[in-house]
Amino acid sequence: MSLAPDSQKLDFAGSPVNQKLSDEDKIELFRKMTRIRRLEQASLKMYNKGGIGGFCHLYIGQESVAVGTISLCGENDHIITAYRDHGHALAVGMSMNECMAELYGKASGCSKGKGGSMHFFAPDKNYWGGHGIVGGQTPLGLGLGYALKYNELEGCALCYLGDGAVNQGAVHESYNLAALFEIPVVFVIENNGYSMGTSQKRSSSFRGCLAQRAEGYDMDWDLVDGSDLYQIRAKSHIAMERARKESKPSILEIATYRYYGHSVADANAKKYRTPDEIENYKKNHDPIRLWERRLLEEGVLSEEKSKEIDDAAKDEAAASIEFAEQADPPSLEAIREDVYWETDHDTEASRIGRHFFTD
Amino acid sequence: MSRKMLYRHAIREGLDEELARDENVVIMGEEVAQYNGAYKVTEGLWEKWGCKRIVDTPISEAGFIGMGIGASMLGVRPVMELMFWSFHSVAFDQLVNNAACVRYMSGGLINVPIVVRGPANGGTNVGATHSHVPEGLFASFPGLKVCAPATPADAKGLIKAAIRDNDPVYVMENTLLYGTEGEVPDPADGDHIVPLGKAEVKREGSDLSLIAHGRSVIHCLAAAETLQEEHGINVEVLDLRSIRPLDQDAVLETVRKTNRAVLVDESKGFGGVSAMISHLIQELAFDHLDAPITRVTTIDAPAIYSPHVENDQLPNPKRIVEKVLRMA
Repeated sequence: MSLAPDSQKLDFAGSPVNQKLSDEDKIELFRKMTRIRRLEQASLKMYNKGGIGGFCHLYIGQESVAVGTISLCGENDHIITAYRDHGHALAVGMSMNECMAELYGKASGCSKGKGGSMHFFAPDKNYWGGHGIVGGQTPLGLGLGYALKYNELEGCALCYLGDGAVNQGAVHESYNLAALFEIPVVFVIENNGYSMGTSQKRSSSFRGCLAQRAEGYDMDWDLVDGSDLYQIRAKSHIAMERARKESKPSILEIATYRYYGHSVADANAKKYRTPDEIENYKKNHDPIRLWERRLLEEGVLSEEKSKEIDDAAKDEAAASIEFAEQADPPSLEAIREDVYWETDHDTEASRIGRHFFTD
Repeated sequence: MSRKMLYRHAIREGLDEELARDENVVIMGEEVAQYNGAYKVTEGLWEKWGCKRIVDTPISEAGFIGMGIGASMLGVRPVMELMFWSFHSVAFDQLVNNAACVRYMSGGLINVPIVVRGPANGGTNVGATHSHVPEGLFASFPGLKVCAPATPADAKGLIKAAIRDNDPVYVMENTLLYGTEGEVPDPADGDHIVPLGKAEVKREGSDLSLIAHGRSVIHCLAAAETLQEEHGINVEVLDLRSIRPLDQDAVLETVRKTNRAVLVDESKGFGGVSAMISHLIQELAFDHLDAPITRVTTIDAPAIYSPHVENDQLPNPKRIVEKVLRMA
C-alpha cells in the first residue's frame, strides 16, 4: 500500500474543493476524526471490561477515510458500509451516545439494541448501515444509486468496502451493474492491507492495485493516500461529481491502516504483521496527527485548541459510556417488534393470518 | 363478471395494473423486457411501459436483487423476477441477510417493500438444480412473507397484494400452471386483491381434509373427484395460498370439521410447509383428530431428471388417492 514517497507527493490543498474550506471547516474535520478515535478507544476499553458483546471492529487509524469522504456529502448523497461502521456513523452526525448505547445492547441505541456494533443505521442522515456480511452491502449501495437515478435526483451513493471484500461475487456483480446501468455510485475500497489476518498479497490477484479492476468493467478509478485528508477530499470529489453530474460510477481505493486487529477479538492481531509496521504507521502516517500538523503549519489550529478538542472528545466518550451503562435494555416484547412494517403499524394487512410462530 | 384467463396472463394483468397505479413500481429481471419474459409472464409490458419501468438485467441474481433491495430502501418498489426460484441459492445472502433482516437490525428504521417472483416447482424434466421448492425455506425467516398461488385468480390477486405490501414478499409461481386457465374477476368490477394470510376452501367436503398450496392444490382437486366417484369419500380441499402469514384459523377449522388431515406438499418430508402445518394441527386441534396426520410429499431425493418417473417423485393425484385410502 505504500504510495509515492513524501518528496513526490502532490499537495492537494489547492484543489477547489479544499480551497473552499474555512478555518472552522478544517477544525471540524479534525474534531470529527478525534471524536471517532476517542469513541473507539472508549469502545475498546469497555469491550475488554465486558460491557460490550459480540464483535467490535475498530476504525482507529482509518478515521480520515470516512471523515474526508463524508465531508463532501450533500442532501442527496447516501452512505452505506460494512461492519467497521462506527467512524462513518459519527461522520454522518450520529451521536456518541446512540452509538455507545447500541454497543451496549440498550434500547436507546441507534438500532434499539437489535443490530450491535456491525449494524448501525441512521436513514435520516442518509446512512444505510452497517452490514455484517463481507461485500453483502455492495448491491445495496448500488441500489441506493439506482433509486437516485430513478427519481432523477442529482446525488451519489458512497458504498464502502474493505480490501477483503473485493473478491466476493456480489462486489463484482455490483461493479458490472453499476457500469452497465450507469449508476451514480462510488465504491470506496478502504484498503487497510489485511482481510482479517490475510495480507492483500495472500488474498488478491490483481494488476496494479485493487481499484484497477475497474478497467475490466469500463469504470474510472483512482488511488488515494488515506493519510492525506486534502487528497481524500480532492480525489473523492472528482468521483462523486462524476456520479452526480454524469451518472457514472467509480472505484476509489484509499490506502489506510488499522492499528488494532480485525476485531477486538482478533487473537492474532499482532502476529500477522510486525510491530515495526504498526509503529511506522502510527509515527509517520497517522491521519489525525498529520492533519493536526498541517493545520498547525497553516496557523489554523493551535496546540491549545487541539488539546481542547481532544479533551472534549475524551469527555464526550466517557459520558457516552455513562449514558450507555445507565440506559435500559430492550424489553422482551421488543424482540418481536421491527420484524414486519405491516405488523409494526397494525395495518389491515397485518391482521390477516398468523405472522409469528413462537410456540 | 369474470373472464377466463391463463395463469400467466392473470399475473401480467396484476403487474400491469400495479405499474399503472404506482409509478415507483419497477419490474426487473432476466429477459423480462425485450425478450418478453422467459415464460411470457411479462409479455408486452416493456413495449407498453418502456425501459424505465421494465428493466432487463444481466444474469446476476445477487447483484440485481441486492440492487432492488437497496433501491427499495429509498422508495422504489422493485418487482424482481427469478427465472427459476431455484436460482435463489446464488442470491441467498441478499434474499435473507439483507431483505429479511435490515428492518430488524435497524430497529425498524428501514423497510424493504420488494417482491421477488418466479416459478418454484419440479416436474419439468430439468433436474435437481432447477426444481427446488423453497417456500418453506423462506417462510422460516421472520421478516419475509411467502405465497404460492394455485389458480389464475389467486395469482393475480396475490401479486397485487404483494406489491402493495410494505415488507418483502416472495411469490412462488409454477411453470406447469402458467398455461392453465381459470376465472378471473373483471377489473371493471373493482380491484381484485387476494390478501396475504387468507386461505380458501377450494372444495367443500366432510370426510377428510386435504391441505395444500400451489400446484398440489390442483392435484388435490383431481384426487378429490376420484375419491368421491370411485370410493364415496367426500374430501375437503383447503388451499393455503399464503404460507407466511398463514391462515391458521382456516387450517384448524377444516380439521375440526373433518377430523382427518392429509397434507400435500411439493417440499421434501424433512421440514417444509407441511411439517409446520402438521405441528400446528397437533398442537391446536389434537382432540379433533380421529387419525394421525399424514403427508404426501416429494420422494426424498434430489429431483430426478427422467421424464419416465419424475411425476411419481412428486405429489400427484394417484399418490394422494392411495394415501387417503390407506387412512380410511
